[in-house]
Amino acid sequence: MTNKQRLYLLEQMLRIRSFEERVGELFLKGESAGTMLHLSIGEEAAAVGVGAMMQDGDSFTTHHRGHGVFLARGADPKRMMAEIAGKEIGYCRGKGGSMHIADMSLGHLGANAIVGGGISHIVGAALSYKTLKKDNVSVAFFGDGAMQQGILYESFNLAALWNLPAMFVCINNQYGMGTRVDQSSSTLDFAARAKSFGLQADTADGQDIEDVVNKAKKLLKQARAGRASFLTINCYRFYGHARKDKSPYRSEQEETAGRQQDPISFWEENLVKAKIISNKKLETLKKEIDLEMDAALSFAENAKKPELATMFEDVYSPKQAKPLSNKARLDL
Amino acid sequence: MPRQNIVKTIAKTLDQQMEIDSSILVLGQDVGKRGGVFLATEGLFDKYGPDRVIDTPLSEAAIIGAAVGMAAYGMRPVAEVQFADYVFPGFDQLVSQAAKIRYRSGGQFFAPMVLRMSAGGGVKGGHHHSQNPESLFVHTPGLKVLYPSTPKDTKGLLTAAIRDDDPVIFMEPKRMYRSVKEEVPEEDFEIEIGKAKIVQAGDDVVLISYGSSMDKVLEATKILREQAISVELIDLRSLMPWDKEAVLKSVARVGRVVLVSEAPRTLNFVSEVSACISEEILDSLLAPPIRVTGFDTPYPYAYDKEYLPSPNRILKAVQKVLDY
Ligand SMILES: Cc1ncc(C[n+]2csc(CCOP(=O)(O)OP(=O)(O)O)c2C)c(N)n1
Ligand SMILES: [Mg+2]
Repeated sequence: MTNKQRLYLLEQMLRIRSFEERVGELFLKGESAGTMLHLSIGEEAAAVGVGAMMQDGDSFTTHHRGHGVFLARGADPKRMMAEIAGKEIGYCRGKGGSMHIADMSLGHLGANAIVGGGISHIVGAALSYKTLKKDNVSVAFFGDGAMQQGILYESFNLAALWNLPAMFVCINNQYGMGTRVDQSSSTLDFAARAKSFGLQADTADGQDIEDVVNKAKKLLKQARAGRASFLTINCYRFYGHARKDKSPYRSEQEETAGRQQDPISFWEENLVKAKIISNKKLETLKKEIDLEMDAALSFAENAKKPELATMFEDVYSPKQAKPLSNKARLDL
Repeated sequence: MPRQNIVKTIAKTLDQQMEIDSSILVLGQDVGKRGGVFLATEGLFDKYGPDRVIDTPLSEAAIIGAAVGMAAYGMRPVAEVQFADYVFPGFDQLVSQAAKIRYRSGGQFFAPMVLRMSAGGGVKGGHHHSQNPESLFVHTPGLKVLYPSTPKDTKGLLTAAIRDDDPVIFMEPKRMYRSVKEEVPEEDFEIEIGKAKIVQAGDDVVLISYGSSMDKVLEATKILREQAISVELIDLRSLMPWDKEAVLKSVARVGRVVLVSEAPRTLNFVSEVSACISEEILDSLLAPPIRVTGFDTPYPYAYDKEYLPSPNRILKAVQKVLDY
């Protein structure tokens, strides 16, 4: 890895954290960010480590905690924030919000508020790539909770059976809502489960982005060659399940210890120690990023709401000869 | 009698029934130590322990399927799906299995289970956290479907659901979980499944609704009272079976009816009610029945409130049947 690449990883992680701190503000200000907002603070190395190793044209789906992955894949924070605020200029015209954001141009096939909901789509995307002889990979990002959904295992099987350019990435933040992973999973060795289906599989340390990068690079390469793969990344969910959850089900000591595993401060220290960045430059970088995200926040707040009539659009193809008429009913 | 909201009532009712009948157990995601996402099972874990209050993994299909098996072998499981929108990963178990176990075994096996779920929009949750899929359940013979809107009805119907020998879908209006409070009798009581409630008697128009739509209907009813329009308000409470007798009696007497439900319009549950009215008592109608419903779109995010049948839309419909 070059120093430039190392700095890039740091910058991307900092951008995610700064974005999420602000989207949390948007949420607390009112209802504009929906009633459910899930922050990936503490999980940045997973998003950036895999995201940075993917290539243009690769596609992906995420779970409900997907801001980080989308930013790591090049999302414009302005349009992302606007989407979360339900604005017309947002990525999905204000129809998706945080939990269902999608963008075709960046290969984001969609975040999903149904746990496990988007996983099988990457199998289909990968099958299309294979059929159309494209050199792309499709990647599913999901949490440890989804490791218990049946659809994951149907997807594992298809990806391995059909030798697909597909990669499954489990961001194991130790919790599914209030349930700790050892209370919900018969094994904590997720990679072993994946291997038993014939997938290439590994486990990465989510505090150490270099470890994530190395493993993601290898597994993406294998997936691209038709050997579907799986990577589980261990990290800790720093805050509540959703913005308002105060996590009464875990102790303060546990949280304090968990937050020690901060991938950002870990990487910062490494880079400063190796003199790849000075403390002063680091401060400047953080300030610049914060300004960018402040601007995204005010952009979203000032953006226009979609017209009311747009709520009836996009249900079916616009080519539909006789659109189903909902509009008249608004008068009633 | 304590004044109590709907969530608190659910927790207390489950507690009371679990005390009476040791075959009742509760299962679902975070229903134990955390007391449920909405706290509808708060306190049960401490009292009954992990054998009767079971925290499950994120596996709706297995939760519902396991409930079927437990119910077939002597238990009375009350399973929770946090949002109605999450039932679909387990829909096969509900529709193809739970609903049919009695029929296909010629009555040997049956599944006395309850599946609780919060439902309804207006909470800025978007299309995966706002749906009202009751019509899908009602359209599945073998399932019973309840959807109360008040704490007292919640207690009486949940008790009846638990004691019922068939799978009962128990829908809960999440928007009204904490907003509606009323006095709820402490003693154990049941409300008969399939009986509607005449919330208020009136002569000018019958308003029919249920579940999460009742808050808007009550607002509209208040405005109509101020306008001196006399409303007969029916809360169906139970959708399968539903109280055709009570509905036909009221509508035949009054002659005008508006039906309200926030679920999508096409095949909305009230469409069935409306069809029965037209089929059976057309002669007594003074105006065609009018439905006020949600729209045939996924539940919108940006226009979360506008999707709901607002008091204003209800008032317009009432005016229309009055002017007919
Ligand atoms: C099918 C389904 N069941 C339940 C939920 C409610 N729910 C939302 S997130 C979540 C926990 C998910 O845990 P995990 O997959 O580990 O992701 P994390 O939130 O930790 O990122 C639950 C139970 C849901 N959204 N969809
Ligand atoms: Mg998790």
